[in-house]
Amino acid sequence: MEDFSSLMGGFAVAISGYNILLMVVGILLGVIIGVLPGLGGANGVAILLPLTFGMDPTSAIIMLTSIYWGALFGGAITSILFNIPGEPWSVATTFDGHPMAQKGKADEALVGAFTSSFVGAIFAVVLITFLAPVIAKFALRFGPAEFFAVQFLTFASFLGMGRGSAMKTLASMCLGFALASVGLDGVTGTLRLTFGYDELLNGFKFLVAVIGLFGIGEILSSMEEGLAFRGAAAKLKMDAVIRTWRQLPRMAVTFLRSCIVGSWMGITPGGATPASFMGYGLAKRFSRNGRNFGKGELEGVVAPETAAHAAGTAAMLPMLTLGIPGSPTAAVLLGGLLIWGLQPGPLLFVEQKEFVWGLIASMYMGNVVGLVIVLTCVPLFAAILRVPFSIIAPAIVVVCAIGAYTVNNSMFDVWMMLVFGVMGYLFTKLGYPLPPLVLALVLGDQAESSFRQAMLTSQGDVTVFWHNWLSGGIMTLGVILALWPLVSMLLGKKEGDDKVTTTA
Amino acid sequence: MLAKTLRSTALKLGAACALMAGLVPGVANAWEPTKAVTFIIPAGTGGGADQMARFIQGVIQKNNLMDKPVVVINKGGGAGAEGFIEMKASKADPHKIIITLSNLFTTPLGTGAPFNWKDMKPVSMLALDQFVLWTNAEKNYPDAKAYVDAVKAAPDRQFKMGGTGSKQEDQIITAAIEKQLDGKHFTYVPYDGGGKVAVQLVGGHVDSSVNNPIEAVAQWRGKQLKPLCIFDSKRSTYTDKVTDDMAWSDIPTCMESGLPVEYQMLRGIFTTSGATDEQVQFYVDLFKKVRETEDWKEFMKKGAFNQTTMSGPEFEKWLTAAEAKHKELMQGAGFLAASQ
Repeated sequence: MEDFSSLMGGFAVAISGYNILLMVVGILLGVIIGVLPGLGGANGVAILLPLTFGMDPTSAIIMLTSIYWGALFGGAITSILFNIPGEPWSVATTFDGHPMAQKGKADEALVGAFTSSFVGAIFAVVLITFLAPVIAKFALRFGPAEFFAVQFLTFASFLGMGRGSAMKTLASMCLGFALASVGLDGVTGTLRLTFGYDELLNGFKFLVAVIGLFGIGEILSSMEEGLAFRGAAAKLKMDAVIRTWRQLPRMAVTFLRSCIVGSWMGITPGGATPASFMGYGLAKRFSRNGRNFGKGELEGVVAPETAAHAAGTAAMLPMLTLGIPGSPTAAVLLGGLLIWGLQPGPLLFVEQKEFVWGLIASMYMGNVVGLVIVLTCVPLFAAILRVPFSIIAPAIVVVCAIGAYTVNNSMFDVWMMLVFGVMGYLFTKLGYPLPPLVLALVLGDQAESSFRQAMLTSQGDVTVFWHNWLSGGIMTLGVILALWPLVSMLLGKKEGDDKVTTTA
Repeated sequence: MLAKTLRSTALKLGAACALMAGLVPGVANAWEPTKAVTFIIPAGTGGGADQMARFIQGVIQKNNLMDKPVVVINKGGGAGAEGFIEMKASKADPHKIIITLSNLFTTPLGTGAPFNWKDMKPVSMLALDQFVLWTNAEKNYPDAKAYVDAVKAAPDRQFKMGGTGSKQEDQIITAAIEKQLDGKHFTYVPYDGGGKVAVQLVGGHVDSSVNNPIEAVAQWRGKQLKPLCIFDSKRSTYTDKVTDDMAWSDIPTCMESGLPVEYQMLRGIFTTSGATDEQVQFYVDLFKKVRETEDWKEFMKKGAFNQTTMSGPEFEKWLTAAEAKHKELMQGAGFLAASQ
């Protein structure tokens, strides 16, 4: 097997003392970047990119991808501990991760998140190793119709599975769409809903919204409940890793499902964010524990984390073979490749064999090294929750404000963050779910562009979404999932008077 | 061995940290930045402007052309308006520079966003970026004329042109081509980045594109895309073979293929309007040094750039003419915002 011997050659490159040291440094930096909201993986890699210009390309990319892995690992930490997702794909991790922390099981949630990140990433790397050429061709089949089908499926897998009423989920999602439409319309090139304010040109930034809705909203709720930090009961037990790992084997199906969903979304390239939401949505629907999701179920942490990391890793493939980045961080890495004189594209695998296989080998190594590092630090992270709320709350607010400011270097975003914070608090009080709003805010404009591009190419014919088995299949699946709550309600399978009678 | 690599890495990291913290003392002469210089990209990550700006950052730091670090940020919101408006708003801060693409002209004209190139101080033109008419290699159109004839023969709007953004350079070129089509039109499909357009063309989701050379060169070398003609008055000057049998200079101009359309995009640098002559001069010299490096020459060749450069009054004259040309082209295509 030619690929296999190339991979072994790659390992020989990656396993040098110098490169392993770079991995460790990269992952530590990455974790720090991931923990600070607002900095984000893409910015972190961009800031540290110049550090690597003096290195040879292989060492440089090993260091940068390690920062990327580190940031992916780190994103889960604040989601679980403080309900503040630092990256779009960590939003789904908060749904069950934070409730677990409140129940004093922060260490288990962290171990679960880290382990599933690792499993997802390794699954995707194996896929890249053996199927790269085949998969690269598959990605070319994705036109606007196919992209929209995938985005539609993501929304559909979410509809009706919200905690509480389907109508409230829908209302929340629609508000998200409305927020997403602010700014420049990419298809006609005109401004929408900016009301003459220059600050609104760029629309509402995901990060500002999420830091406010989740982070500040959470603080407001905690304050109302008498300044009790509900995670304070966390006891430091050193056996967290073994305790958590013992629970994981029975979630094998969830792992596998999320791995497949994630890899597929990363390659197509739908991205890690839809992957994490879809992973969570599908697990909630099909898992035996689905009913308890949202109340602090370990499986609810495993499902999105596995999918997000499988996607994040698989996103490297379209970057290398097609030159299109699957994520913002991948886009910055792409810039790096060009500076080192490497041209990503169909010929990279042929012309730069040593570099490509060195990189793939470093993906295996980087994830193993990363897992060891973050697992060692779990007690340290969990201990943060033992700090009294009255001390930690102001610190969180400051970090949130800095995070929101960093997105754009503008004070306006800090005020927006506070507005979103109040909104998040009100949503929680009124029983409206936040996740659909966030999902629509993140994916809304992409879905809109894809839809309108598809409409342009078909000259207004909606059947374009069924013009081949690929988009047709995904769309049909999406329609079934979207209508599922309605159907099951009609069949009388759902009982309870709190279910809203749907007229739609 | 390990100890040695450890030490060298520690040294490198240390040096880099020192550099980032701005601890390296500066040599005092004329004006020099007193803090980190912010380099704004009025576009998203991964596109042509982004690639060039990040490359320049690399060149400056690798060759130690400036004591203070360069911080590159993307402010692509509102088709770049976000970045330009920030430049306009921070006129007192000479530690900000911006790289431009055609949205310097097209965004204010097309959206009515409140800025103009005169709200900034021109530093220098680095190069002009070319546009090439690309088709899928499998379709195997022999030349631009054959493709244009195919579009003319087909029903109106059957052929799809993929491009970056809306009412920006790609769509302006498309509109200019349409004038040569005897009343036929393309269906113009806007995507959010040049790299994506090239891939969509390879996948057969659109029929042609007007990608910049650097955005599509990988697919050309991979025999997935075929260049038909270049939108310049003269052929490219790069004669090194890019594929097995073709160099950039082997691509005919659109003019000689019977498609009289010409368009190039400014890759220039501006600083804030409050900058003194001394401060502008610092940046002019800095970018002169950048252009003299081997890395830059290699980058120019890879992207088949037209290496015209200018600064000072000559550059301002060029800008005035270019603005008028954009206004005319956009007016002709009906792209002007209502307020214009």
